[in-house]
Amino acid sequence: MTNPLVCVKRVVDSSSEVVLTEDGQGVDGRFAGFTMSAHEECAVELAVQVAAADGGSATVVTLGDADAVEQLRAALAVGCAAATHVVAESATFGPADVARELAAVVRDHEAAGTPHELVLLGNDAADSGDFQVGIRLAYELGWPVVNGVSSVSVSDGEVTASGSGPDGHETFRLPLPAVVTILEGGVAPRYPTVPGRMKAKKVPIEERQTTGSPVGPSRVRLVLPPPSSSNVEVLGQGAAAAPAVVDLFERLGVLSR
Amino acid sequence: MAEVPATADVVVIGAGIVGNSLVHHLTRLGWKNVVQIDKGALPNPGGSTGHASNFIFTVDHSREITDLTLDSVAQYQEMGVFTQSGGFEIARTEERMEELRRRMSSARAWGIEAELVSPSFVKEKVPFIEEDQFIGAFWTPGVGVVDSLRAGTIMRERALATGELTVVPTVEVTGLDTEDGPHGTRRITRVRTTGGDIEAGTVVIAAGVWSPKLGDMAGIGIPLTPAVHQMISVGPCPQLAETDGEISFPIVRDMDTFCYERQHGADMEVGSYAHRAILHEPEDIPSIDQAKLSPTEMPFTEDDFDPQLEQAYELMPELLGAEGAEMRYAINGLLSLTCDGNPILGESEVAGLWTASAVWIKEGPGVGRAVAEWMTHGHSEIDVHHSDIARFHTHQKRREHTRLRTTESFIKTYGIIHPSEQYESDRDQRLSPMHGSQQKLGAVFFETAGWERPFWYESNASLLEHYGDAVMPREHEWDARWWSPIINAEHLRMREAAAVIDLSAFCIFDIEGPEALDVVQGTCVAQCDVAVGKVIYTPVLDAKGGFRSDLTVMRLGDDHFRVVTGGAHGMADRAWFAGHLPESGSTTLTDRTDDTSTIGIWGPRARDILSSLTADDVSDAGFGFLSCREITVASSTGGELTVLASRISYVGELGWELYVPMSQAADLWEALLDAGAPHGAVPAGIGVYGTTGRLEKGYRAYGAELDGERSIVEAGMQRPKVKAADFVGKEAYLAQRDAAPQAVLCTLTVDDHTSASGTKRYMLGGEPILTRDGGTLTDGHGHHPYVTSAGSAPSLGTHVLLAYLPPDQATIGNELAVSYMEELYPVTVGSVDATPLLDPMNERIR
Repeated sequence: MTNPLVCVKRVVDSSSEVVLTEDGQGVDGRFAGFTMSAHEECAVELAVQVAAADGGSATVVTLGDADAVEQLRAALAVGCAAATHVVAESATFGPADVARELAAVVRDHEAAGTPHELVLLGNDAADSGDFQVGIRLAYELGWPVVNGVSSVSVSDGEVTASGSGPDGHETFRLPLPAVVTILEGGVAPRYPTVPGRMKAKKVPIEERQTTGSPVGPSRVRLVLPPPSSSNVEVLGQGAAAAPAVVDLFERLGVLSR
Repeated sequence: MAEVPATADVVVIGAGIVGNSLVHHLTRLGWKNVVQIDKGALPNPGGSTGHASNFIFTVDHSREITDLTLDSVAQYQEMGVFTQSGGFEIARTEERMEELRRRMSSARAWGIEAELVSPSFVKEKVPFIEEDQFIGAFWTPGVGVVDSLRAGTIMRERALATGELTVVPTVEVTGLDTEDGPHGTRRITRVRTTGGDIEAGTVVIAAGVWSPKLGDMAGIGIPLTPAVHQMISVGPCPQLAETDGEISFPIVRDMDTFCYERQHGADMEVGSYAHRAILHEPEDIPSIDQAKLSPTEMPFTEDDFDPQLEQAYELMPELLGAEGAEMRYAINGLLSLTCDGNPILGESEVAGLWTASAVWIKEGPGVGRAVAEWMTHGHSEIDVHHSDIARFHTHQKRREHTRLRTTESFIKTYGIIHPSEQYESDRDQRLSPMHGSQQKLGAVFFETAGWERPFWYESNASLLEHYGDAVMPREHEWDARWWSPIINAEHLRMREAAAVIDLSAFCIFDIEGPEALDVVQGTCVAQCDVAVGKVIYTPVLDAKGGFRSDLTVMRLGDDHFRVVTGGAHGMADRAWFAGHLPESGSTTLTDRTDDTSTIGIWGPRARDILSSLTADDVSDAGFGFLSCREITVASSTGGELTVLASRISYVGELGWELYVPMSQAADLWEALLDAGAPHGAVPAGIGVYGTTGRLEKGYRAYGAELDGERSIVEAGMQRPKVKAADFVGKEAYLAQRDAAPQAVLCTLTVDDHTSASGTKRYMLGGEPILTRDGGTLTDGHGHHPYVTSAGSAPSLGTHVLLAYLPPDQATIGNELAVSYMEELYPVTVGSVDATPLLDPMNERIR
C-alpha cells in the first residue's frame, strides 16, 4: 500500500500576455485566474493512480495563503484523499524554505502514523520556475530523487520512473522512500467529476503553520521582457497559397519531407 | 496591421450576434458603404456571443421581448441554425406552479404553444431526471438551440454579397469624434481606430459588454454592466453520447434553484443564476492577450457554483454522476445587464450615434432587424420603446445605479416577479417637495423614473370601514400584493368629495421661439393652433401611424407651448420633440421638470376648495374645461402663490392640475389639504390616478394600451376631423381612418371572480381574453387579445379590463372569458370605443 504525497503550488493560469502585480512580486491572476502548474496536475494524476493501484491513498500539500485551498480542493476533487495546507505567503518563501517546510510535513505525517513512501512534485512551478524544490526536499529527507520524468509506478518497494528526452527514453528504479519530480506529457490529468467536487468540498484540510521564517534565497522582483514583435506574413489567398503552406509545415516539422 | 476605409455611410462597431445582424439588415434595407469593425478575430471575436448557451425559451411576460425573440427564432430557422429541442421549466414549489400558471397566461396571450405537465411527462422526455424533485413543469415544445456564431457568419456573408459591406477585424476603436450643432446638440463625425480613422455620419455601438467604454468616448452613457453568469460542462455522459447531433433532450430550467441543464453533444451544460451578483467594470475586462480563453470567459470561481452543483446533482444524479463524466469546461461568462432588464437601443443624444447593446442571443437577430428599420424609416415594425436608450433619466445613467439595480435583479433572473414589484436599492433619488408631509401621512411609495410617488396613504385607512365592501377587498395574497383596498377608498372619496394628488413626476418641457407652433403642430395629431390659454390632449405618432406618446400641451403664449407627459416615458418624449426642433436654433426646448411641481385636485368639491383659496374666477363659465391660466392661491402660511392652473382630468372629475415652482409646492399642498379637509377631501395616491380613476373612464395609457404597434383608430380615439396642418404620421393616420380596423380596444367587466377553490381572484393585466368556453380569439393582425390594463372600478362595483378584441367580437354585451392562473372567468364587453363606463356624457368633469 503506497500513500504518496503530492506537492502543488497556486499559480496564475496561462495567457498570451503576462500581467504582473503592481509590486512586481507576482503574476496578477485577475484575468487569467489561478491553477496549479501543468506538471503538478500530472503529478497529482500519477499520485492518485499510484495510490489506487495498491489500495493506498494520496495526500496533497501546498504552501500558500488562504486562497491556495482552492488548489487543494481541486486535487481532492480528482482523487486525493487528504490535504495539508502550510499557511504562508508563498512569494516570500524561496525554494530552500519550501523544501524545509515540506520535509517537516513528511516527518510529522510519519510521526502521526501516515508515512509517505513517495513524494511527487512538479518539475518546476509555472510562475517562479526554480527547478529546485524537489531536489532540496530529497536532500533534507536524505532520500533518493529523480527529476523530470513523466510516468511513475510502484511495486515491491521500488518506484519505476521514466521519461523521454531529446536523446531517448530513460527509466529509473529507485528504492522507496523516494522523491520524484514530474514533467507533463506522460499522463492525461483527469477533470473533476461532479460527485468528486462535492466530496472534495467536505474533506477537512489539515492546516499548519510554518516551522520557521524564510531564510533561503528569495525574489527581488519580476520584470517582463520587452514585448516581442509579431510579424504576420500572409502566405497568399485561396488555393494559390497551398504550396507555401505545405512548405511552412515541412519547415516546422508538422509534415515530413 | 489591418486598415479601415477612410469613409463610410455607417460604421457598425462589433461583430457579435447584434453587429452581424445589423449589417445584414442594413444592407438589405439599402444602406451603402457599410463598414463593420471588431477588435477581435472572426468568426468569434471574443465577446459574449462566443460563449453563449445559445438556447431560446420563447415565453416572456414582456410582449416586446417575446416579439423580438419570436422574430429572432424565425430568422435563425430561416438560416438553418435552429434546432428544436423543447424545453421544460420545472417547479419545486406550489408558489412556482402558480407562476407557471401565470406563464401559461403569457403563452396564450402571445400565441405560443405551451402546456403545464406532470413530472412523469417530463421523465418520459428526460429519462435521467429525478421525478420526486419537482411537482410540475411548463412545457414549451418550440424551445430550441441555435448556432449563433454560424448565424453571425451567414448574416455577415449575406451583407458582403451585396457588395456594400467592408469587414475589418482586429482593429480597436480608440475614439469617437463629435461636432457641435445648434442648441447644444452634437453629431458623430468620425471613428478613430488602431487601423486608421473612418469619417462617418452614422455609427452603431453593438459592442456588448464593452459598449459603455465606447459610449464614454463620445460622452454618452450606455448604462449596462458586464455581469458573470457561471456555467460548467459535464461529460462525456453515456446517456447523451449515444444520441446524434447537438441536442436530443429538452432543455430543463430548474426555476427554483435558478439553474438550467442543457445538452451539448455528449456533455451536459449546467448554468446558474443563483450565485451572488458578480459585476465587472467594462474597463476591467481583459484584452484578448490577457485572457486565458476569451475576454468574456473569465476565471471560474468554484465556491460560487458549489451550492448549484449539488442542486443540479440532486435533479440528475445518474447523468451528472455517470462514470467518466467530468467537468471539462467551467467559466464565469460575462453578459450584459441593465437597470431595468431591457436592452439599450436607438439613437443617443449624439445625433447619428446609435446603440444596440445589452442584447441576448434570443433577441439578437430581431434587435438587428428592428434597429436597422428604425435607422432607415424612423420606426420599427416591433415596438421597442421599453428598450429605447432615450428612456434613461439622469440618475439612471450613473454606473452606481446600474450596479445596485443589477445586483438586486440578477438573483431574480429566474425569480417570481410580481407585475408591480418595486426595487429596493437606490431609491429616494427624486423626492417631491411634499415628501415629508407624505411620509407623515403614511404614504406607501412606488418608484417611477426615480420619483418616489405615493400609491396610497395609510392615513386614509379609516375610510375602509366607512366604505365597507365597496373597496373591493382582495382575498388572494398575489392579487393583493403591492396593492391596498385603501386605493379604492381614496377613489370613492374622490368621487364623493375630492382628492389631492401629487403629480411631481410629470415630465414638463417648454417649447419657445418663433417656430414653436410649427414644432408642436408638426409633432402632435391634435390642432395646436389654438388660443393662448388652451389645453390640448393629443396623440403623438411615428411616421407609420403608431403611437409615440399621448400627452397634453398648453399654449402659454403665441410662441410658447408647454408639453406635459408621464415621467416613465418623458425622456423619450423630450428627445422626440427635441429631434423636431428647427436647425436654425431659434426655437428651443427647455426642461422644466426639476423646477416645476404639479398637484392635482379633482372631485365634485374641487371647485369649492379651490375657490376658498383664490379670488380668481374658477367657475365653469370663467374657467372652462381644457383651459389654463395663472391664478393666485392663498398659501398655507398666509402669503400668496402664483399657480398655473390647467383644467383637465385623467380621473373623470371636475378639477385642475396646478403647476408651481418646486420651492412653493409643499406650501400649496398643505393649503389644498387644509382647505379640502372641511369638504371631505383626502390626499390620494397614484393607485387612483393611474388605475382606478382612469379605468372607469376608459382613458388609455401609453405603454399599456398605446404603443408603436397601435393606431388611433384601433384605440378608438379618432376625432371627427383631421387638422389641415401636416404632422408626423398624418398620411398613415388618414389611411387608417379609411380602412377597417384589425382590432378594437374595448372595456370589459368581470362578471364573476370566484375560482374553483371558492377564492375570489382579481386579474392584474396581461391575461388572455378567450371565448366564453375557452376558445382562442385572433384579431386582424394575427394577434390574440390580452388584458392591457386591469383594475378596480370601485364606483361601478366591478373589476375592469381593457383589451384589443377582434372587430367581430367588439360588441357591447358580448360574453367572453378571461383566463387567470389557468381558470376561466366570465367577462362582458362594456364599451367598444373610448366611451367611459362611468359617466358616459362626462357630466362630472363640468
